[in-house]
Amino acid sequence: MFTVAAAAVLVAMILALARAFAGPTLYDRILAVNVFGTKTVLLIAIVGFLMGRPEFLDIVMVYALMNFITVIGILRFFEYAAESESADETIKER
Amino acid sequence: MTILTTYISWTFLVLGGFLCISGAVGLLRFPDFFTRMHAASVTDTLATALIILGLLLQTDAWMVQVKLVMVLVFVLLTSPTASHALAKAALHGGLKPQLKIARGSNKAGQQSEAEA
Amino acid sequence: MNMETVINMVLLSLLVVTAIAIVRIKDLFAAAMLAGIYGLLSASFFVMMDAVDVAFTEASVGAGISTLLMLTTLAMTGRFEKISGNYRPRLALVLVALTGALLIYGTLDMPAFGTAAAPVHEHVAPRYLNDSYAEIGIPNAVTSVLASYRGFDTFGEVVVIFTAGIGVLALLMRAEKPTPRTQTPTASMHEHMVLRIVAKMLIPLILLFGLYVQFHGEYGPGGGFQAGVIFASAFFLYSMLFGLSEARKVVNHVVVQILAALGVLLYGSVGIVSLMNGKNFLDYSALSADAVHGQHLGILAIELGVGITVTTVMIIIFFAFSGRNQIEGEKD
Repeated sequence: MFTVAAAAVLVAMILALARAFAGPTLYDRILAVNVFGTKTVLLIAIVGFLMGRPEFLDIVMVYALMNFITVIGILRFFEYAAESESADETIKER
Repeated sequence: MTILTTYISWTFLVLGGFLCISGAVGLLRFPDFFTRMHAASVTDTLATALIILGLLLQTDAWMVQVKLVMVLVFVLLTSPTASHALAKAALHGGLKPQLKIARGSNKAGQQSEAEA
Repeated sequence: MNMETVINMVLLSLLVVTAIAIVRIKDLFAAAMLAGIYGLLSASFFVMMDAVDVAFTEASVGAGISTLLMLTTLAMTGRFEKISGNYRPRLALVLVALTGALLIYGTLDMPAFGTAAAPVHEHVAPRYLNDSYAEIGIPNAVTSVLASYRGFDTFGEVVVIFTAGIGVLALLMRAEKPTPRTQTPTASMHEHMVLRIVAKMLIPLILLFGLYVQFHGEYGPGGGFQAGVIFASAFFLYSMLFGLSEARKVVNHVVVQILAALGVLLYGSVGIVSLMNGKNFLDYSALSADAVHGQHLGILAIELGVGITVTTVMIIIFFAFSGRNQIEGEKD
């Protein structure tokens, strides 16, 4: 059963990554990164059980923490950048 | 571990896995940012909770259980918060929800973004 | 084919795809985020390889801190890559391709993956694995190697981190003076009431977790480096949500700088003490009558030194970067 869950999480990771590549807005990418991070948390938790090494849970906690802080950081500094170069706002993503 | 808890745990794991995939499909296929965010964040929280509950039932070591609960609490706190902050930032950043349904086209999302 | 192989294959292919996407993308903010994903992916791969301590470091540094530092840099420099039309460095491409091909050719001579006869498994590794528990007395052999057998190397690493902190201070110190702009945090982030409340709940937990990682490094994955990064990330969170000037009130700049030096000093003085007691530099068995007990004491002390230095240097770098950012934001 761990296998099924791990496979599902992997598929979700791939789909989230596709959204992170596709964009189109930066917010979509941030969302995708957030989802990807949560899925990595799940994957490592499941893998810990799959390999019979539940000590991996310490790492899982670091992942969850870093995921949150990165998303906040992206939002924060995106706001700075948007402020300091409002001229660039008109430039669309390629 | 009894048979019953095993079955419950399997159900949780499979349901969680299903929610993972369905949420990710929504993230990929929905037309604009806010619908994608809805699909992703709602399933994200529930899928995480289900899978961690499923894992919780699989172990007898209390240290592992405590850590799993801590991860669960952490994710339940941070994931909706991050989604909330992101949605708010997107709204302030000039991204408008797409209110009309553009049938069969994925381009509508990009158009609403071009207006922003 | 078992599940582990499948997961490894998927992770490695995602790694390659992400790397290509990072190269191709022109929006540097997106590139920084993808670099974060790259960090998460490689950390997961390390977990699959059973390299738990490395995965721990990669997750906290590669996926967390370095993404944040890249973002602070980007907030200063601008979001998009400059596109110059006819810049085609053919010679460089040829050279890079050639080097890559040579490196791949070189790997052909390496022993197959996981072979027991590989040199790395025949030299010092078996001795560390077999004897470290008797000599050092802690279950996590990685910490034994890192903190005791290779204590001198780790000392070098800490000094490198300290030097980086000094470098950043020396380069960005001038911009430290608060200007009126610093006092007004960005309006939109000001409204994030939910974020602030959740952060207030989380910060004590993060600090507690940092302490756990610091002092649990002898039994599980973790240690001073990871703990320092986690500890510092709580302060980053605070300064991102409550503004840099608020965070400056909590974290006294002078104290932080002194602590950064003290961490290195603590590490070095453990070595000096063991020299004084007639053993080699950083041979902790000199610290106590019982050799194994001395090892324990020494590892605790130097891990504490590492943790203090890493925390404070990370805080110095982050504050210097984002302080500069707030002040120079107007310029362009």
